[in-house]
Amino acid sequence: MIVIELVDHPIDVGALVASSVDSESGGVVTFVGTVRAATRGRTVVRLEYEAYPSMAASEIEAIAATAKQRFGLLALDVVHRVGILLPGDVAVVIVARAAHRAAAFDACRYAIDTLKQTVPIWKKEVFADGEVWVGDRP
Amino acid sequence: MRVRVLLFAALREATGRSICEVELAAGATVADLVARLESEHSALVGARYTVALNRTYATPSAALSAGDEVALIPPVSGG
Repeated sequence: MIVIELVDHPIDVGALVASSVDSESGGVVTFVGTVRAATRGRTVVRLEYEAYPSMAASEIEAIAATAKQRFGLLALDVVHRVGILLPGDVAVVIVARAAHRAAAFDACRYAIDTLKQTVPIWKKEVFADGEVWVGDRP
Repeated sequence: MRVRVLLFAALREATGRSICEVELAAGATVADLVARLESEHSALVGARYTVALNRTYATPSAALSAGDEVALIPPVSGG
């Protein structure tokens, strides 16, 4: 079971985790990525996320397929928010479910690390005195 | 043949376009398309990006077909 969503509204982390608990798995590991108020010593006013939705979905499907093969993952939920986010907002939630905790931890870590490298989602950091697309400059 | 090009994030802002259609000769590759785009949009020259063809990362030598969806993918930063 794979759930992939890009949403433009706040993510209900508790509901997402609760809905993924079942009797098949013995471990559910959740990663919640949130917006930091400061980065590289600058104060963040807001982040602006955008995505290439159809390709983001297929890249996340590929992450889930690899995680199933490599770690014995049973289920993966990935919900990523797009649009304008403020410090403290939840940007992404990943819920990995497996028969045992080690696989769930490994799969969750793999999913967020790979998402940050391959999934076509971008964020612009907006500061009081400027803005930058993260990763755009070497 | 005609292909559709999508631009995102820094490239969308630099070119002022989120989508454009490009007419290419039959047999054109991703590299041919990139050369065309960079000749028409100077903001793309020297920019950092990779290319996706029909929602899959592609190499410069990949052949294009009419109706393809090509996306210029600047460094991703989700999460």
